[in-house]
Amino acid sequence: MSPETPLPLEIHDLTVAYHKKPVLYGIDLEVPAGNLIGILGPNGAGKSTLIKSIMGLVPSSSGWVKIFGKPYKKNAKRVGYVPQRESVDWDFPVNVMDVVLMGRFGHLGLFRRPGRKDKDIAMACLEKVNMAPYAQRQISNLSGGQQQRVFLARALAQESDLYFLDEPFSGVDAATESAIIKILKELRERGKTLIVVHHDLTTAKEYFDMLLLLNMRKVDFGPTEDVYTYEKLQKTYGGRLTILSEVVDTRRKRSSDLPIEK
Amino acid sequence: MELIPTFDFKSFLTAPWIDGGWESSIWIVIMGILVNTACGLVGNFLVLRKMALVGDAISHSLLPGIAIVFLLSNSRSTGLMVAGALAAGLVTVWLIEFIHKKTRVKEDAALGVTFTTLFAIGVILISVFADHVDLDLECVLYGEIGFIYFDDSLPLIGIEVPWPVLQMAGALLLVTALLLLFYKELLVTSFDSGLATSLGIPVSWAHYGLMMVLSLVIVFSFESVGAILVIAMLIMPSVTSALLSERLPNILRLSVVFAALYSIGGLHLATWLDCSPAGAMVVCGFLLFCLVWLVSPRRGLILLWVKKLKARGQLESPSLP
Repeated sequence: MSPETPLPLEIHDLTVAYHKKPVLYGIDLEVPAGNLIGILGPNGAGKSTLIKSIMGLVPSSSGWVKIFGKPYKKNAKRVGYVPQRESVDWDFPVNVMDVVLMGRFGHLGLFRRPGRKDKDIAMACLEKVNMAPYAQRQISNLSGGQQQRVFLARALAQESDLYFLDEPFSGVDAATESAIIKILKELRERGKTLIVVHHDLTTAKEYFDMLLLLNMRKVDFGPTEDVYTYEKLQKTYGGRLTILSEVVDTRRKRSSDLPIEK
Repeated sequence: MELIPTFDFKSFLTAPWIDGGWESSIWIVIMGILVNTACGLVGNFLVLRKMALVGDAISHSLLPGIAIVFLLSNSRSTGLMVAGALAAGLVTVWLIEFIHKKTRVKEDAALGVTFTTLFAIGVILISVFADHVDLDLECVLYGEIGFIYFDDSLPLIGIEVPWPVLQMAGALLLVTALLLLFYKELLVTSFDSGLATSLGIPVSWAHYGLMMVLSLVIVFSFESVGAILVIAMLIMPSVTSALLSERLPNILRLSVVFAALYSIGGLHLATWLDCSPAGAMVVCGFLLFCLVWLVSPRRGLILLWVKKLKARGQLESPSLP
């Protein structure tokens, strides 16, 4: 019963090691289209490493990855990426427009510069994240939330079908966070698949349709209501009770329905 | 006898251009502009990639490459020199990466190990085979930009153009063309190599390509201006321009302007002090850097002082109850 259209992302037995020390063991994953998916796990669980190795930023020692049924390089155009904000130098001499235009580079051939059409697309993407007035702004003069919106606009400009976002909500203001999640949900409605590395347990349940629980191995992957349970979260986070107690604290503040048991 | 010649403003301005020396002066200035521009343009990308010192490393490690080419071919042919330089440049970059990755030695330390060793091998080769290698170490350091006018020349539209100037002009054209053609790739791999990889842009190709262009620029500049000027010019135009502008295309344009200013200022300084023009150009570059640092409208020292004074005034002015 193989699906007629190939899955956006299929991973088999992916293993990644740094200096011969494995950080990800034998990950198998089949991601169905049109979902907003969160990757949850403690620090050092290999969440970022997983998406980086899918895109070839980190070499894998075994396993294979297929994007819409083909190797990554064949379908790179169909993948959009929002790296962690801290991964780039924000003093780099470019303005906001320059950064968003980089999202178009995958669609341009060798020797071709972004043209009128690319600039129009970039501008439209900036409008979607409410950053159009900042188009000519030097990037070092942006707040954390604005930087993240610029990165999201750049990913939108990639016009992809599968998106990877690495901690897009870390260190951003509440307004930016809700703006970003609104855009992600819109993209999902248009049939895009979005995979988000996330560190906040309290918001995970309301944001995502599906969750991947990860701690060097895949703990579980499935619809949020099946996966977001006390046992599975504890299995993922191990004995790190501090994290779970933080969740309890936040739950009191937010009064959301977290699966914490007495 | 005085240590420093007396400074006379009028003669400082005119000396290089009178007494029949103006023809030599013109070629020094032109050569200076060509070298400084080529180095400055490539250097911008090195500085952006936080690889400023890789230029330093490659300029030293080219020595064994050139020496070996001399030993093997017994000739000074440009093509062979370029081949030797490119090979040496690639070996350097590869060796730095290899040591860094295989031993966990930090990248800057790996760079220090690599280029000093290669330079030393070059020195040994030249001193052991001194009879066969027509390479003057002094010339490698200081260059002989002052003697360009007396080099072989080629008549071009009625003007005798010295051969090194022609070569350097060709190198500059090639470098500019390559940087323009691959601007997009260089930009995205310098700013966000993660995005570049995810887009399918080969990051390591951009890296090695830039290193090859760098080796090319260095080897062409080497003979006439020496290692000191090359290393300085890879960095100075870029950092000075970055104090004035915050957009890469403008920084690149400003680098060309500074390249010209260094060349002209350096010649005047050299004539006044009767010293090596290459050294004088570097010193002139540093003086200009200080000047720009003082008066830059963005982060200039004067601007910061004024802001500080204003802030202090505002803090003190409201009287406490």
